[in-house]
Amino acid sequence: MTTTQENPTTQAVELITVVIDGFEVSVPKGTLVIRAAEKLGIQIPRFCDHPLLDPVGACRQCLVDIEINGRAFPKPQASCTIPVEPNMIVKTQLTSAVAEKAQRGVMELLLVNHPLDCPVCDKGGECPLQNQAMSTGNGETRFEGVKRTFEKPVAISSQVLLDRERCVLCARCTRFSDQIAGDPFITLNERGALQQVGIYENQPFESYFSGNTVQICPVGALTGATYRFRARPFDLVSTPSACEHCASGCDMRTDVRRGKTLRRLAGDDAAVNEEWNCDKGRWAFKYVTAVDRLTTPLIRGADGVLAPASWPEAIAAAASGLKGKRAAVLVGGRATTEDAYGYNKFARIALGTNDIDFRARVTTDEERDFLAAKVVGSTTTYRDIDIADHVVLVGFEPEEESPIVFLRINKQVRKRALKVSAVATKLSIGVEKLKGEFIKVAPGAESAAVAGLPLTAKSIILVGERASETIGLLSAVVALGDKSGAKIAWIPRRAGERGALEAGAIGNLLPGGRPVSDAAARVDIAAVWGVPSLPASPGRTTSEIVSALNSGDLDAVVIGGVDPLDMANSAQVLAGLKKSFVVSLEIAPSAVTDVADVVLPVAAITEKSGSFLNWEGRPRAFDSAVADSLNRSDLRILSALADQMGESIMLGTVTQAAREISSLGKWDGARANFATVSAIGANKISGNEALLNSWRRLLDLGTMQKGEANLAGTARKAVAVISPKRAEILGVKDGDMLRVSNAHGAISLPALVEDIHDDAVWVPRNSFGTQTLISLNAVHGDVVTVVKA
Amino acid sequence: MTKLAPVLSAHWDEKDSFTIAAYTRHGGYKASAKALAMDPDAVIQLVKDSGLRGRGGAGFPTGMKWGFIPQGDEKDHYLVVNADESEPGTCKDTPLLMANPHVLIEGCIIACHAIRAKHAFIYIRGEVTHVVRRLNQAIEDAYKAGHLGKGIDVVLHVGAGAYICGEETALLDSLEGFRGQPRLRPPFPAIAGLYARPTVVNNVESIASVPAIVANGAEWYQGMGTEKSKGTTLYSLSGHVTNPGQFEAPLGITLREILELSGGVRAGHKLKFWTPGGSSTPLFTDEHLDVPLDYEGVSAAGSMLGTKALQIFDETTCVVRAVLRWTEFYKHESCGKCTPCREGTWWLVQILRDLENGVGTEADLAKLLDLCDNIMGRSFCALGDGATSPITSSIKYFRDEYIAHLTNGGCPFDPVKSTLFSGANA
Repeated sequence: MTTTQENPTTQAVELITVVIDGFEVSVPKGTLVIRAAEKLGIQIPRFCDHPLLDPVGACRQCLVDIEINGRAFPKPQASCTIPVEPNMIVKTQLTSAVAEKAQRGVMELLLVNHPLDCPVCDKGGECPLQNQAMSTGNGETRFEGVKRTFEKPVAISSQVLLDRERCVLCARCTRFSDQIAGDPFITLNERGALQQVGIYENQPFESYFSGNTVQICPVGALTGATYRFRARPFDLVSTPSACEHCASGCDMRTDVRRGKTLRRLAGDDAAVNEEWNCDKGRWAFKYVTAVDRLTTPLIRGADGVLAPASWPEAIAAAASGLKGKRAAVLVGGRATTEDAYGYNKFARIALGTNDIDFRARVTTDEERDFLAAKVVGSTTTYRDIDIADHVVLVGFEPEEESPIVFLRINKQVRKRALKVSAVATKLSIGVEKLKGEFIKVAPGAESAAVAGLPLTAKSIILVGERASETIGLLSAVVALGDKSGAKIAWIPRRAGERGALEAGAIGNLLPGGRPVSDAAARVDIAAVWGVPSLPASPGRTTSEIVSALNSGDLDAVVIGGVDPLDMANSAQVLAGLKKSFVVSLEIAPSAVTDVADVVLPVAAITEKSGSFLNWEGRPRAFDSAVADSLNRSDLRILSALADQMGESIMLGTVTQAAREISSLGKWDGARANFATVSAIGANKISGNEALLNSWRRLLDLGTMQKGEANLAGTARKAVAVISPKRAEILGVKDGDMLRVSNAHGAISLPALVEDIHDDAVWVPRNSFGTQTLISLNAVHGDVVTVVKA
Repeated sequence: MTKLAPVLSAHWDEKDSFTIAAYTRHGGYKASAKALAMDPDAVIQLVKDSGLRGRGGAGFPTGMKWGFIPQGDEKDHYLVVNADESEPGTCKDTPLLMANPHVLIEGCIIACHAIRAKHAFIYIRGEVTHVVRRLNQAIEDAYKAGHLGKGIDVVLHVGAGAYICGEETALLDSLEGFRGQPRLRPPFPAIAGLYARPTVVNNVESIASVPAIVANGAEWYQGMGTEKSKGTTLYSLSGHVTNPGQFEAPLGITLREILELSGGVRAGHKLKFWTPGGSSTPLFTDEHLDVPLDYEGVSAAGSMLGTKALQIFDETTCVVRAVLRWTEFYKHESCGKCTPCREGTWWLVQILRDLENGVGTEADLAKLLDLCDNIMGRSFCALGDGATSPITSSIKYFRDEYIAHLTNGGCPFDPVKSTLFSGANA
């Protein structure tokens, strides 16, 4: 029987009714038998089957008896490869003796060459093979022969190790790499029982998504180098969590043993990360337990040295340093939404200022207007990528800067040849994998290329935070969106930026996207906060705050989660901090704590609860994974500090902040208008000069990747990329050293000749040996000199 | 009167049979000229009417297979000829291509016309270098003579030598440059085959049979063979026979008749067991001498016609030893994709080796049979099924011989006696 049902989100989906073990179930056309059975709670054992990978039918564990229209298949069929059909009757192991024996037989065969070293295997205790051998297998083996053996383990990469003798050759890992990540560097080699997963010797397995292969391995064949032999699954306490590394917003699971995070896994959220995450999210968590974590408050004494202090002493010192001063707040993009809300409220009530900015990076005023006019409160989602007719990337490299966005685009590219265009200076590996159209522009000349894009109302423009580095580019994006009706989504790199924007941690907006300049908006917030009024003039931006600290127009600053080295002119930032009274909220010693007057240690992500808003604006809430931490979240400390200053902000707990944020809701009044800024175009160059192009790679010197040697092993090599034409002029070939310099400094890197604009040179922004912002003090589009070293 | 009916092999005895001159002398390339003048659908109908069935083993009606190719779909269509002849005991396509490569090329032209394909790919196993050279020369000559290159091209692809690549979907993967492993079906090759385009995959002998059918008509072909198995075919006879080789006869001939034609089992010995269609088909014994060797007859007797590879073993042969050697072949050639074939053959070999050495008990035979039951019909492609055929059929007919190994504490046979050189110095 075939029926149809209205699906509210798309068109009607045809439902097909089948009988499985005597029970009827109706499922959408195209559903595989194994999944239809799941709907009835009937678990058919399986190994190679994975709902997000193409069916392969290799392991044969899921054999069932099937008949259609009264005609039975002569032999049992793999239920993971056969879609339901009308008049289909399925008999699983529960009702068919043939299916039951077939499954038992396959299980016995799978164990023929499996070492049964479960007591020393990482997977023991959470192993699909172990579990299904218990449910489907025989207690004793009849195999008395010789098992195949291999040298163990083989390093697939510095992160992933392979014990070949454990492998059941389900090809999940190779299919994931090929179909999902687009990194087909591992494949099956050899044949028969000696078939094995292998790498291509001439090209290392450098995938940003390799950890997923470990997670979906149904046996202990692939293990993570960092977790290997560290724990038993039943000793771990698992807490659902969210990823703090970027704005993709992955659902995560954090596994802790005795107060220490031992591993993190991708969680399951079909709307966001499906079941995947990137290697940084999975394997960069040791910074939390690094030996140099700050554990006690510090106060700089008269001798100029930071000394441990009690919390009351430190809070008192901070309060007296701030009270009555002209102070500002700088909060990095790593703060949770609740913490950012705390900083915002602290600035406006305790410090009486709108001088707050979460953008601890290269920014412009144009961006701040863009965020207020186009981003805050916007609702573009992953789903919009799924249905888009064209995705345009502007100042954004999804594979490096928001990996799950990359996976989602890649899925649509693979499924329906989604058109992708990248307005960029260099053709990246990621855009190449997406088969994207590379619209080559000189750094600084992006606006003209954006203006001419033929988009429709079904298109989507994904704008990265680096778009702000070209004057007028965001204006061009807004104009293109207005002209074509295409959706605009802003995808910052950091997990907390969207939340901080919505929480009002910026000088021109109050929480919920309320313009500071709007009196009604100020009244709204003042009423909820129980204060007579709020400061009315828009606050300073990050760079204005830095200038004011230097010029003496500001006396003090509360600074949390900011690395001065991320900003355009780090020397100037540090100079400004040195002149001022600095209260630093940090998890570890940094360039800021080095010059701070009071240092207040705060909780890291696994030690506190809270939430992020990912680039979609979707809340990603998490609980504390470590129960007995003494560390406090930023907002509790800010609340205590405000109390001490006599300007209470009443945010004792994260729950309190979350409740207050939700009670405020979104601004329903007029949005700020966006003032168009004219493009300037690329700088002029001559001779050996080139325009700087740069972004941060996913795996680099980021502070939250500290201590992860295995992870760093798969980071892409630092290179300086030039075009074939420039290479010819310089007489340089791949691997020759290039010297990139300006008046400020120089860096030397091996050359890589690739598809890049002839006027440009590309270097990674924060990789080993290339901390571009510090070494050259140069930003996107600046003129540098490139010569053979 | 002889039962031989040489059609494919009609002129193999001529010294220059493989040349285009000899082929043309005997009317070659007239059939393709005739077919090209016909409506493609009429050609398909003609092949359907002839009753020609696939000669690669499965016996699927060739015309029907051609008819599955969607027409007017604006897509490229391909013809792929399976010349990866690897089934143990099978030696028909190789001699055919050595003796008369042009009949295959002409068959390709006709088939391409019928299925509206512009390209035919011949996938040949890499070990037969001499055939590769000969076929390459023939293709070159056909181009020079203008038979190819005018809308129909033939490409010869040399495989790297893997049994699995004889499986049609693994062959397609290999042809596309991937590892040869069978593909999931559906989609079937007729819908999405080579490069995901509608593709017909046929055995060499099937395609080579087409020119004669076009030349002489469906009725002529229908006149040979049995009710449901029409035409003539090549039987390859090997093993303990006086005069091994290829015998072309109408389908339905019996082994007794073929042995008569070939001088019988080697002198002084008698037939013990034989394969009707290669090692993947269940064994027959001397009880089956009069089974008609057509698709239905062999099937009714419990085996398969397969590739018509008649391997003859006399009473000097140890069946356990023979079965173990075949099983070692399957283990070596298992592609590794699916569990039953990959792990099963690994295990089967170990049990059989023990049995050959007289290690084990009668319970091991039950285990062996149960294991075969867990492989047969559970594997991804038919190759796993085929690996169990010699084992189950040999235990069926020669259970006592297996047990004799156990009671004897080893093989009771002298392997030298089964060799061709046995008795050479006696």
